[in-house]
Amino acid sequence: MQALKKPLAILYLLATIGVLIYGFRLALFIVPEDALQGEISRAFYYHVPNAIIALCFPYVNLAGALGYLFFRTKDTAKAAAWDALALAAAEVTVVFCSIGLVTGSLWGRVAWGIWWTWDERLTTFLILWLLYVSYLLLRRFAQPGQTSTLSSVLSVFAAVDVPIVYFSIRWWRTQHPSPVFGGGDGSGMDPSMKPAFYWNLLGWFLWGCFVIGFRYVSARRERLAELQEEIL
Amino acid sequence: MNYLRTTWLHLQREIRLELRSRDALLGMAFFTLLIVVVFSLAFDPTSQPTLARQIAGGLLWTGLLFASTTALNQSWSREMRNGVLDAQRMSPSAPSALFLGKAIANFLFLTVIEAILAPIFFLFFNLHILGQASALLLLLPLGTWAITVNGTFFAALGLRSRSRELLLPLILFPIALPALLAMIQAATGILTGDAEPTTGLRILAAYDAAYTTVSLLLFDSILSAE
Repeated sequence: MQALKKPLAILYLLATIGVLIYGFRLALFIVPEDALQGEISRAFYYHVPNAIIALCFPYVNLAGALGYLFFRTKDTAKAAAWDALALAAAEVTVVFCSIGLVTGSLWGRVAWGIWWTWDERLTTFLILWLLYVSYLLLRRFAQPGQTSTLSSVLSVFAAVDVPIVYFSIRWWRTQHPSPVFGGGDGSGMDPSMKPAFYWNLLGWFLWGCFVIGFRYVSARRERLAELQEEIL
Repeated sequence: MNYLRTTWLHLQREIRLELRSRDALLGMAFFTLLIVVVFSLAFDPTSQPTLARQIAGGLLWTGLLFASTTALNQSWSREMRNGVLDAQRMSPSAPSALFLGKAIANFLFLTVIEAILAPIFFLFFNLHILGQASALLLLLPLGTWAITVNGTFFAALGLRSRSRELLLPLILFPIALPALLAMIQAATGILTGDAEPTTGLRILAAYDAAYTTVSLLLFDSILSAE
């Protein structure tokens, strides 16, 4: 089993890259451009999947944090593993949030004529980014030994904000386009756009999971090494 | 019953300690006053009444948020002296009662500050409420509780960290921003009369409920973090 792990990981990575290349080809060359927006509409295939994933990984972080809090006094090694998962997910969340912000403002520059506007969706999404940056900062600032507990607690607080981002375009009338999925009448995509969107969503999701897994393994080794040092 | 009694005792203790020194109250009051003056000078609101109405809600909340961070660290650092905090940790009473008592005390202090400063603020900014003034009675407590419940919690979280004074705003501000957004929207709606404050109030109420629950559940982990 142990010997299989590396080839499987490489296979997974290759498949991910394959999906990403296929999605890239579909999004940039195959799918027809949007009738209203022109070529810039292709930013949609990167911006929306990344933004969606940026709202999913905070919950991986939350799961890691809750796992840590649960095992904290029961099983130190397990707790360290959950904590490593939380750390990995937080770092990847920051990456996906940043991509969402950058691709969104690139699109906004063309579609709205401005890079940024303080609209509720944009603001709450920026807050999400700020929250996970402050989570990573807390991990640096806290005293050794307390880092995991304190950051796990913060992560529960941060996760409460994710639904606010999700609902922001439903609660307020925003400049950000209204919901594409589950938004009621008139929402949804043209069938010709769907393949490019779903392949990119899948590709970036697989990629995100790969990076989390990779970082999880390294972070867990660091945590376990710290634990061993404490025991010795 | 026992829980409520412990909370009440903690609350009494906080108020008694504060009344002896008045550090937090005086500090916050003067700090907020300074912020109001600085903002008035920066934006010259009296010459532009419409602009003043539009930005006043945000400025008042920003001032209160800044002022509360100065006082919130204080409210925990006095627990560190003479090992009071360790005594709290060893006591058999529920840790969240300590938190709740402190949060309510901070809430009361901030409300006192608001009661003193809101009239001055209205005067300096030459404000007239065009919307539904009675909604302020709901908005002010909800907003103040949002600041104090999170502020008290995160001041405790950063208690034993390096550069504690720096850490509190770094964590508190991102967490408080959604509440700030809802508060500013509702306050601007009330002041200008252009929009209903209902959505803002509802979001604020949900925010308060969610974060109060999370704080009460997790305070134990913070207090005993080692």
